[in-house]
Amino acid sequence: MKKIEAIIRPEYLGIVRKALEELGYPGMTISEVKGHGKQKGLTQQWRGREYKVDLLPKLKVEIVILDEDVAKTLDAIIRSARTGERGDGKIFILPVEGAVRVRTGDEGENAI
Amino acid sequence: MSVNRALSWVKRGGFFLFFTLLFVFLGSTIASAADPTGETALLGDPGLPVDYVWVLMCSFLVFLMQAGFAMLEGGFCRAKNTANLMLKNLMDFAMTSLSFMVIGFALMFGADKAGVIGTTGWFLAGEAYDVGTYLFFVFQVMFAATAATIVSGAVAERIKWKAYFVYSIVIGAIIYPVYGHWVWGGGWLSTLPFGAGHIDFAGSGVVHTIGGVVGLAGAMVLGPRIGKYVNGKPRAIPGHSLTLAALGCFLLWFGWFGFNPGSTLSAHDLRISVIAVNTNLAAAAAAFAAMLFTWVRRKKPDVGMSINGAIAGLVAITAPCAFVEAWAAVIIGLVAGLLVVMSVYFFDKIGVDDPVGAVSVHGTCGVWGLLSVGLFADGTYGSVIGLFYGGGWGQLAAQAIGAAVCIAWAFILGYALFKIVDKVMGIRVSPQEELVGLDISEHGTKAYPELPYVEA
Repeated sequence: MKKIEAIIRPEYLGIVRKALEELGYPGMTISEVKGHGKQKGLTQQWRGREYKVDLLPKLKVEIVILDEDVAKTLDAIIRSARTGERGDGKIFILPVEGAVRVRTGDEGENAI
Repeated sequence: MSVNRALSWVKRGGFFLFFTLLFVFLGSTIASAADPTGETALLGDPGLPVDYVWVLMCSFLVFLMQAGFAMLEGGFCRAKNTANLMLKNLMDFAMTSLSFMVIGFALMFGADKAGVIGTTGWFLAGEAYDVGTYLFFVFQVMFAATAATIVSGAVAERIKWKAYFVYSIVIGAIIYPVYGHWVWGGGWLSTLPFGAGHIDFAGSGVVHTIGGVVGLAGAMVLGPRIGKYVNGKPRAIPGHSLTLAALGCFLLWFGWFGFNPGSTLSAHDLRISVIAVNTNLAAAAAAFAAMLFTWVRRKKPDVGMSINGAIAGLVAITAPCAFVEAWAAVIIGLVAGLLVVMSVYFFDKIGVDDPVGAVSVHGTCGVWGLLSVGLFADGTYGSVIGLFYGGGWGQLAAQAIGAAVCIAWAFILGYALFKIVDKVMGIRVSPQEELVGLDISEHGTKAYPELPYVEA
């Protein structure tokens, strides 16, 4: 099992969700996060004067998947979250030791 | 409870008791009331009710501008200072109402003494206990409170509550009414030997320039907010809600339909339709000009500055609204819309931190409104004739003198007041209090308790 942590643009959540659902992964956890990568923030304007927003709002999508699904999951996220501009985000892949479904007590791959 | 603490309570109680007794004493010594029921007035002129309803309705519209200022200032400032701004807007209305009733109204509209101050009608008692006087009072007190509330934006996010509280009493008791007497109470500016004397129909000078310039004095004494200047360069400190700011703008625009047309003080003066049209057109033209200016300069039309622009147009048309025709109102608005943007950049550049643009909107454009009477007045109303209608330079001279006096009076008294307050009780909160926000440090509450703290 692998955990996918994808930092994406908030406005692309709908498309990413749809792509993951089509792969058979309807469940996910989402958190609102802030940060920046090489883009180093954005310039916006307020009452005629520019200012820098250093930490941009992003969404972190977390799902746990089967090992053999990693490649196509990454592909699905990249396809649906990419604009080609700076600020598209990052994806991290982490190993998962175990999983339990609280309701039934199912363990391991049966739990995801 | 310690003895000292008990004594202090007695002192405070005594202070309160003194004023209560003073009111009771004054209230019970009414020798002669003029016409407290209005029966005599109605017999003399059965057409009066429509005027009364008109003036009262307009007073209530002007009252709504308080909500407009509260929303505008709240929206333009950070969430951590919102509750403080709401209380300031509430209490400056309350305190000005009281101080204008006790002293201000008599100073402004009482029997004239040497063209400098009014001297009758203290506490609205005696002869002033009259339906006509009370009608006039309710309209005028709204104006006094408008001048008072303008300042809160310029000094926002760093002034101590105590200092602001003292200020709000003084402006309604002295700064506003004395200058107001010179223009509206039969004082020396209204009788200047140029043109028709200094003319300020609904208060570009009396209300807005006074408020804007006192705000300037306050912002200068206080100094800029932490983080406004980085290496000497001004930076934007975004406010927390353009939605609230826009609501404030709409409320102000709406309230202005009471502010300007109501200043005829009579529904029998059918000029009210001309005034309403001019008021609307100037605001529209100024919003357009400010929007276009920022669009060209910044590549994107700026929302906040367009809001400032609309109000700048309303401020500018306030003095000339009764004396000009529609095309002139549009020009006055267009100029105000450009002026306000340039003025905001100017004050930013010279180190005056005015979080909401109050100095530029009310001060700069108030002066422009006064001068525009001397240019565009067409002579159809009250025989006020400006330069462009063959009236010569006289009216413009009267307007310039009035504007200069207005700036000098408001700045000198405002600056002195804030300096004295600074010496006596300190005017600015500590850096720690400023960083945590005035909501928590001054009032122990948050405007939005359920929102996480956001660093701006």
